[in-house]
Amino acid sequence: MSRTYVGMPAFPRAAAVSAGDTTLRANLRTATHTIRAKRAEAVAELDDWDRLRAAGAAVKDRTLRHLDHYLLQLEENVTRAGGTVHWAADAAEANRIVTGLVQATGESEVVKVKSMVTQEIGLNDALERAGIRAYETDLAELIVQLGDDLPSHILVPAIHRGRSEIRDIFREHMADWGRPAPEGLTDRPADLAEAARLHLREKFLRAKVAVSGANFMVAETGTLVVVESEGNGRMCLTLPDTLISVVGIEKTVPTWRDLEIYLQLLPRSSTAERMNPYTSTWTGTTADDGPRAFHLVLLDNGRTDTLADQVGRQALRCIRCSACLNVCPVYERAGGHAYGSPYPGPIGAILTPQLRGLTSPLEESLPFASSLCGACYEVCPVAIDIPDVLVHLRERVVQGGETTIRGTRTVIKPAKGHTMERAMMRTTGWVLDHPAALRRGQRLAARARRALPRRLPGPGRAWSDTRDLPEVPPESFRDWWERTRGGDA
Amino acid sequence: MTAAHGAGPGPGSRTSHPSRERILGRIRRALADVPSYERPADHPVPRDYLRTHGSRTPAESVDLLADNLSDYRATVHRTDTAGLPALLAELLARRGTRSVAVPPGLPGGWLTDAAVEPVVDSPSLSAGALDAVDSVVTGCALAIAETGTVILDGGPDQGRRRITLVPDHHVCVVRVADQVVDSVPQALERLSPARPLTWISGPSATSDIELDRVEGVHGPRTLEVVLLVEDDR
Repeated sequence: MSRTYVGMPAFPRAAAVSAGDTTLRANLRTATHTIRAKRAEAVAELDDWDRLRAAGAAVKDRTLRHLDHYLLQLEENVTRAGGTVHWAADAAEANRIVTGLVQATGESEVVKVKSMVTQEIGLNDALERAGIRAYETDLAELIVQLGDDLPSHILVPAIHRGRSEIRDIFREHMADWGRPAPEGLTDRPADLAEAARLHLREKFLRAKVAVSGANFMVAETGTLVVVESEGNGRMCLTLPDTLISVVGIEKTVPTWRDLEIYLQLLPRSSTAERMNPYTSTWTGTTADDGPRAFHLVLLDNGRTDTLADQVGRQALRCIRCSACLNVCPVYERAGGHAYGSPYPGPIGAILTPQLRGLTSPLEESLPFASSLCGACYEVCPVAIDIPDVLVHLRERVVQGGETTIRGTRTVIKPAKGHTMERAMMRTTGWVLDHPAALRRGQRLAARARRALPRRLPGPGRAWSDTRDLPEVPPESFRDWWERTRGGDA
Repeated sequence: MTAAHGAGPGPGSRTSHPSRERILGRIRRALADVPSYERPADHPVPRDYLRTHGSRTPAESVDLLADNLSDYRATVHRTDTAGLPALLAELLARRGTRSVAVPPGLPGGWLTDAAVEPVVDSPSLSAGALDAVDSVVTGCALAIAETGTVILDGGPDQGRRRITLVPDHHVCVVRVADQVVDSVPQALERLSPARPLTWISGPSATSDIELDRVEGVHGPRTLEVVLLVEDDR
């Protein structure tokens, strides 16, 4: 059984550990800084970038505001083209459907295209419980799978591993899963890629069933789109007899023409390329070319709950490019695992709490995993105002309020741990409204400044653990002003 | 596991599924703020982005295509109708190719000069058999200059998707007179979504090791694009 996200600690605890890992920080720094500069270059080539971005946001908003309409259209067109559409309200149902479909083929192994959504629902573990082995075929997913690890980045799930770690994982674990690593494998990226090619080739050639996600689903034509680099996607989408695609309902776009926007926005934002090496599109099944059976599993799993929040629903525009991760100062230092879900970084901080609901200390902590610097919003190709949603979710955590969980409107209570903060904010508000009290307090603090602790005692400790308390000056501004009237003392 | 989820495309598995109704119901409740009179097209989508980035003569577009293909490590060659068979023969010989996969509708004469054993694509050609083939030669449906992309749509001169995937060496011929467009928007309006499409921009690559691009994983590791200027007929 591979590792799961179940029981992950809240962000500050996990981040405190990962931020102390110097190898991890060095790997992340190298990778994110490399891609940052390249992305900026790729984006600068298109002088209509802002207009593409606005169009990309608007098309997604149109889709989301009429999602029922577009899903029905999609279902009709996929079915007409020879596919079968299934609907899964949650992870357990999606896993049941996929397991059943694989079992119906009589096969006991599947090859997989990298897919965020199957990570989200824990499909590999569900298949394993049913005696079905799932082989990850994306290079980074393979590194994660062989290393019994968790993904830490949307585009490059093994971003936390440097080349020498990857070589060690290949040498040690490839043999457990099939063809062993070549003798004398070096840590040159080209050699590592060659090792993956040899290891996976035999699996591609014998695979009868593949599982994929999709980047886009076109409602008016029933077409699915997968954008990739390595060719593992093409292998999975064309060689097996049966293809099962599990896709979040928000991946729908209305028209074929809409792809002209996203196929410009996505590669440049994601891998900083004018175009990624391979893009596959397919509509149902094609006689004598590719899978004979195509199943589309449409997944909700918290997406409709997210849709119910008028501020938070913009998170569903996300096209999973990972540009926001690559520019985020918090992600760069904390790493992806601290976010406790397959969706790390700024987008994860707003997506995970909405998909799962504010149901545990982890989800409650995620909206605070940000300095609100706004770099994520700047680079987002579909203009998701991540800082705005973060603040909105913080308010929900601290004050409680109405939210939707599994389709039911619920009023949640303020989260524990923020009681102290709320009390302090109330007190502060009162003091600032009462100048005499403020003056007395400031004079008292100035006199006692040497004796004041650097950390708060009791329940305030958690708050001061992660913050530097300000130095108390020997004299307050008000006293200084009264004494000097702004002239030199 | 039961068959309740319609393990096959059985009738009724679609419309009677309770989760379908549950999800659609949740969506409609979630969108209570959207006015009931609003039609999908009422939500505005500004399409003032550019159809092409810059204006070019046809020759300049072909040059840009060549530059962008080379930038992503595809090898670009140029020839005319008379020179094509010799060029293809040379590319295959240089590679040491003995067997070459070809689509059933490869134009006659393309491979007349090449001393190779052609393996013609057909539904009975297995992936395992293709794995033993050295190269593949195809035409294409379209190429995009701004992104350095060639697009295959499974036409008679391209064959099934697998023949351009399993062999390690792909030679793709682009007829420059009518197959080169400038931009992604121009490409999409000329393509049929009903056909399975493969967009290829350079050889197989990965950015998975330290986010740095390395050529060559599962697809053909060598992509050669021939820009063909045909005689006026």
